[in-house]
Amino acid sequence: MLKGHRTWIFEQQPVIISTGTVGGPFEANGRIPEAFDILHDDMWLKQSSFEKAQRTLMEEACQVAVKNSLIQKEQVQFFISGDLINQITPSNFAAKTLDVPYFGLFSACATSMESLALAAFIINGNGADYILSGTASHNAATEKQFRYPTEYGGQKPPTAQWTVTGAGCALVAKNGVGPKVTSATIGKVVDMGVTDPFNMGAAMAPAAVDTIEAHLQEMDVDASYYDLIITGDLGQIGQEVSLDMLQKKNINITEETYKDCGLTIYREDQPVFSGASGTASSAVATYGHYLQMLREKQLTRILVVATGALHSPLSVRQNDSIPCIAHAVSIEAGSDSS
Amino acid sequence: MANKKKKNLPPAAQRYQEFQKHREIKRPLLKNCVKAFFVGGFICFIGQVISTMYIYFFNFTEQTAGNPTVATLIFITMFLTGFGVYDHIGQFAGAGSTIPVTGFGNSVISAAIEHRSEGLILGVGGNMFKLAGPVIVYGVFSAFVIALIKTILTQWGGL
Repeated sequence: MLKGHRTWIFEQQPVIISTGTVGGPFEANGRIPEAFDILHDDMWLKQSSFEKAQRTLMEEACQVAVKNSLIQKEQVQFFISGDLINQITPSNFAAKTLDVPYFGLFSACATSMESLALAAFIINGNGADYILSGTASHNAATEKQFRYPTEYGGQKPPTAQWTVTGAGCALVAKNGVGPKVTSATIGKVVDMGVTDPFNMGAAMAPAAVDTIEAHLQEMDVDASYYDLIITGDLGQIGQEVSLDMLQKKNINITEETYKDCGLTIYREDQPVFSGASGTASSAVATYGHYLQMLREKQLTRILVVATGALHSPLSVRQNDSIPCIAHAVSIEAGSDSS
Repeated sequence: MANKKKKNLPPAAQRYQEFQKHREIKRPLLKNCVKAFFVGGFICFIGQVISTMYIYFFNFTEQTAGNPTVATLIFITMFLTGFGVYDHIGQFAGAGSTIPVTGFGNSVISAAIEHRSEGLILGVGGNMFKLAGPVIVYGVFSAFVIALIKTILTQWGGL
């Protein structure tokens, strides 16, 4: 059901019956290694290119999600996915391997929540019983496409962020045991004229603020309705800026209840500059870490706001600014979860 | 130019840019300069040692020792890049490891490694000078301009 202008309420409350998360060596050394179902100690994952490695990450996350559930792969009706690589090829190839009808998305790092929102919407409208929704990113493949070669000795500024090598996948079902997806707010493209691709937190912060504000307004709830409001990959700068902006708009939110996946994954002494980024940032932290907290009843209700910078290396070189988007999905602890 | 671009932005965006600028973590400029000075100086010192060695042991003169020295430095860079060390030096030293010839070598070698998965011809061959290309283009062009100025001054300037 549409509420307000851009918020969906899912009356049937689709359930995330299982999740699959995969990470690389850098993530294994991070703050939340227990959030990953599979951890690789090799960036290549025994593949001949980083792009193929990313494909493997996505495939493994899907396989784990299906394995962790009680259903067979053949029962999955749709696969909704996307990533950062040109023409989202790692997702396309993963869809080929899965052999499941497929929606390919691009919302940069907001893809995780866009796919979850769409999966929940389709299930809520009786369009499917089981949908796999997920995304993957690979540090070296992303660096290659958006920045410099991996081994290039350029100096990154402290505002830069570190792309997560990993994949997160959620199996959304009409019925079952697990956290429930209750509502979603679709973001608008917000562009505040930031042009520095090494400062994406600051570019994305206004988009996150816009979506959070719209969500709270349309749902007619206070920010304290949620135990945590979790952004995707704003990093240190984006989080500070967005928190300030939210507080200026008189939204009742504090540092304790405002988390960022980009600041969840790595330890402070890892050289990740302002924090994690990449499509997998929000996916692995949400599916691996925060959903587990919902299952264990440490949390009862969260709002995940995945943020994405929709630029390309070409648009940056042509002096265009960085357009950004944020999609919000609210997830609640299931009533009969084990 | 940056100011001109800012003026074309809507007022809300201009206000936001002002607002976020204060929160941006600044590059530690002085620290970076000091690090660049010492690392860059150290690379030059190694170059000088190699150069002296060529003059002392291999019958090179001060004029001709330059080429083998550069080749040796780039050879060392190749190993440091291939073993994944040079990018860490680069993050630490910044311009200190980018400006010397080792930085040039690193930009060629890292691009060659990066695009190996796309094949030897279009991958390695086509992308090897992706980062070093501008250095070559503008290096040759500025050499041409300087040579032109020098020729004009010596031919007609009576120097």
